[in-house]
Amino acid sequence: MTETTTNLSLFEQLGGEGAVDTAVDIFYRKVLADYRINRFFDGVNMDKQAAKQKAFLTMAFGGPNNYSGQDMRDGHARLVKMGLDDSHFDAVIENLAATLTELNVPAELIAQVAALAETTRKDVLGK
Amino acid sequence: MTRIKFDDQIFESENEETVLQTLLRNNVQMPYGCKTGACQCCLMRSIDNSPPAESQVGLKDTQQKQNYFLPCICKPENDMSVELPNTKNVWFESDVIEKRYLSENVILLKLKSKEPLAFFAGQFVNLRRHDGIIRSYSISNIHNAEHELEFHIRILPNGNFSRWVADELEIGMPLSFSHAQGSCHYVEGKLEQSLLLIGTGTGLAPLYGILQDALFHEHYGEIHLFHGSRDASGLYMENELTQLAQKYPNFYYTPCLTGDNLDFETYTKGRANQIAFDKFQKLNGWRVFLCGQPEMVLQSKRTAYLQGASLKEIYIDPFSS
Repeated sequence: MTETTTNLSLFEQLGGEGAVDTAVDIFYRKVLADYRINRFFDGVNMDKQAAKQKAFLTMAFGGPNNYSGQDMRDGHARLVKMGLDDSHFDAVIENLAATLTELNVPAELIAQVAALAETTRKDVLGK
Repeated sequence: MTRIKFDDQIFESENEETVLQTLLRNNVQMPYGCKTGACQCCLMRSIDNSPPAESQVGLKDTQQKQNYFLPCICKPENDMSVELPNTKNVWFESDVIEKRYLSENVILLKLKSKEPLAFFAGQFVNLRRHDGIIRSYSISNIHNAEHELEFHIRILPNGNFSRWVADELEIGMPLSFSHAQGSCHYVEGKLEQSLLLIGTGTGLAPLYGILQDALFHEHYGEIHLFHGSRDASGLYMENELTQLAQKYPNFYYTPCLTGDNLDFETYTKGRANQIAFDKFQKLNGWRVFLCGQPEMVLQSKRTAYLQGASLKEIYIDPFSS
């Protein structure tokens, strides 16, 4: 990594808000097309869902956010009842990594994003 | 110091405060979520001035044009009058000036407003009968100097309102209507963009308005309209649309039928949305309008997105059926 990039935050290195928008578009499409998890998205308002994905990705990109574990718990409680478990969470992380790979994000930064996303696991799964 | 007018009250914003902070500090009940402009839970509309552009980031172009903004990231530059979406309860008066059958069970109803109107073709208004019964209908015409509004009314066998329109409403009679609402309409610009219009039944009404609007603005990208029904009696305005397709080389009209019909020289067999999505499998960069039967609309929205259309460029009107 060069000297200039080390001074930038993860969010800046990824390209800031514009990069989040691009990533959401690809990420949400991947999630909806993924037969392992797409049943959890049946019947949801797609615009609201995309907005939530944006809030999630902003957090995972290390950007400004008001992440609340409790909101995440409340928001996913219904899905946990439907059977949401670790395998589904893993699938989402996999789609996130695939999205970033598609956008030519270096592996090291992808690992950092995945680690931030990973911090939501317990809240999402209601553990 | 700027002032925020909301619900007949005026609040002064303190330095560097967002509109949301000002309202919450004054104990106004507001829906909100992320407070960073992402979740759009707190969406509001500015009634007088255009809101600051940075408070409209991430909204649909149709919403931006209607002065919607996100109060959680809006630091007001000037005084603002604001409202929450769909809370207005104002009625306007009009007279019926035309009523004719477009098909066996669809009526074209034309109203003339007593005062000037602000609307986009494809938005919907609530129509209110003298006894208070209210129904939502999409506007099928573009703005004109005569302050006219056109609707396609499907007559339902037991439809309280639609049967009344068919049997009792006469030319010259008054009818109240609400503000135009909804984000399913054409926005001028990107004239080269391909447009995909898919509708079932009287979902044609908003699409016809959007088509008129696009042609009025000399949209030159391809415009593809797929109108579906079970049998031929469910389609209407076929002559007008066929003539438009002959007049405008960039406009294509495909009437689709799912029932057993022998005349497949005129009609394409199958569901309008499936035929459209089979024909255009890559929708990257397209603007997509979906109107009509709610299940078709929501399913098609997902398909359009999965086939490459951006969510911000998919406009839906699931109210008509």
